Amino acid sequence: MTSRAGGHAWVFGDDINTDLLAPGLYFKAPLEELSRHCLEAVNPGFAGSVQPGDVIVAGRNFGMGSAREQAAQVLVQLGVGAVLARSFGRIFYRNAINFGLPVLLFPQAGEIIPGQRLEVDARRGTVRDLAMGQSFTVPPLPEHLLGMLEAGGLMPWLHRRLAARREAAQDV
Amino acid sequence: MNVAGAPPAVGLADGLTLAEKILARASGRDSVRPGEIITCRVDLALLLDSGGPRRIWPRLRELGAGIWDPERVVLVTDHFTPAVDAASAAILKLTREFAAEFGIRRFFDMQGIGHVLLAEHGLLQPGMFACGGDSHSSNGGAWGCYISGFGAIEMTGVVVTGEIWIQVPDTLRVTWEGRFADGVVAKDVMLALCRDLGMDNAFRVIEYVGSTIDAMPMSERMVLTNMAAELGADTGIIPPDETTLAALRAAGTEPDAGALGWRSDDSAAFLAEHRYEAGALEPQVAAPHSPANSGPVSQAAGTPIDQAYIGACVGARLDDLRMAARILRGRRIARGVRLLVAPASSRIMAQAAEEGLLTTLTEAGAYLLPTGCGACAALGAGVLAEGETCISSTNRNFQGRMGAHSASVWLGSAYSVAAAALTGRITDPREFL
Repeated sequence: MTSRAGGHAWVFGDDINTDLLAPGLYFKAPLEELSRHCLEAVNPGFAGSVQPGDVIVAGRNFGMGSAREQAAQVLVQLGVGAVLARSFGRIFYRNAINFGLPVLLFPQAGEIIPGQRLEVDARRGTVRDLAMGQSFTVPPLPEHLLGMLEAGGLMPWLHRRLAARREAAQDV
Repeated sequence: MNVAGAPPAVGLADGLTLAEKILARASGRDSVRPGEIITCRVDLALLLDSGGPRRIWPRLRELGAGIWDPERVVLVTDHFTPAVDAASAAILKLTREFAAEFGIRRFFDMQGIGHVLLAEHGLLQPGMFACGGDSHSSNGGAWGCYISGFGAIEMTGVVVTGEIWIQVPDTLRVTWEGRFADGVVAKDVMLALCRDLGMDNAFRVIEYVGSTIDAMPMSERMVLTNMAAELGADTGIIPPDETTLAALRAAGTEPDAGALGWRSDDSAAFLAEHRYEAGALEPQVAAPHSPANSGPVSQAAGTPIDQAYIGACVGARLDDLRMAARILRGRRIARGVRLLVAPASSRIMAQAAEEGLLTTLTEAGAYLLPTGCGACAALGAGVLAEGETCISSTNRNFQGRMGAHSASVWLGSAYSVAAAALTGRITDPREFL
């Protein structure tokens, strides 16, 4: 995982919630099966056609709702490279970074046409629309979150922290 | 069952909101500012069967790590109780094994919904900083503590390190003054606020104050903080008062001597302040598929329903069962409609039995379900078929939330749910008071 992504745009509206991303009905199923139902209520073709690196572009409050981490995990499982939205549900936002999935505030979401090729750089805070030759500047992530993202998420970060702790214990 | 370390509000800078005071104390500083990213020490971690051991244990193994402090962990089975198939049974079994393996003494197995149990057992105190592995963890903010919901991966970090990063939220203050008309309750407040404040309040805390809140019992206050999750806020919080302290004592916990010091300073800066008159509020319902699609129940009256559901942390408290019984006493629900009732905890179930509420409800035609999260999240009994319509006392009515994608869920108070069960249509509950 990195703070960069490139792929085709999948465009969604406002208030895409966690029940749409990871429906409770399939909650006990393995992640692979759950991910096949991701967003099916609003775009039945999405889970079957999304390609690695593709970018989700959405309106306000993407990922609103429950704490279920599967809402972010299914997107990683499907290979989504980044999510750009006007705003995010707070737990989804945190979960995404913890899984190494770049999430960026994108006030210009309405200017993106479905299927356009986008390049996203979270560290520089840029989104490029290759076909339209447009470049957008977006608020970059705080340094703390970029570090987590570039480490690959919370688990690699914890690995590092625990290794440092063990090393320090041995030095004593 | 007191959790050690309920801290006093001393040594902090002036001009802080209640949430800022708690975050400053938890991060070992005398002040914090909205927008800053800080690292907080966690006083209490709530793990549930849903996103708890089944998702955390494999990660602990991968990390070769244990739990930082089992005395600060509360573990509850509620989402998958009782087991309805081999998959849910396996999740519950693993949860029990986790409790034994890590020596978690505060393990509540099939005793009710976690958010409700924290309150029943007096585990939350003013000034605490707590994390829960479920979005409605904000429920506990009614006790004057900062408790917020996080995903399972984040809770893994919490149980390993005892710490978590927080971007200090702005505080939005919501003031309610005056008395409700009969038949209007905290649930109606929250459905109105979802419409008025929207559901897009990330990086904000909602602080509730005013004479209306002062007059509320803890159970009603918890509806306000519970549904701060629907507002999209980091959490909801209510400054402690004598009601809080009396309720803590009744739950077996002696409050800290300085507990009432946990409140916003007069000079604190709020992002915005909103004022409302309780007397002007009518019973509210929220139309599918969003809690923000709300309005007076009278505007939706006549909409036919298939199911009426009284359940969940926010909607099956003793108060809710009393509301439903008040409407249903001596009456019978409409033909062709089913009324399902899933009390939020075993204690509530027992109290409802003692008060005769369960008799009243079942004689009216209600079908009693086990305690637990149940159909609220389409995990337990009572899910909906394609095309069905339900009115529910729960907190969330997203598409697919309670079952089939094409099912429609309306939200309302237990009064409104019971009234709809009586007539088979959404109905102003005041007609039956």
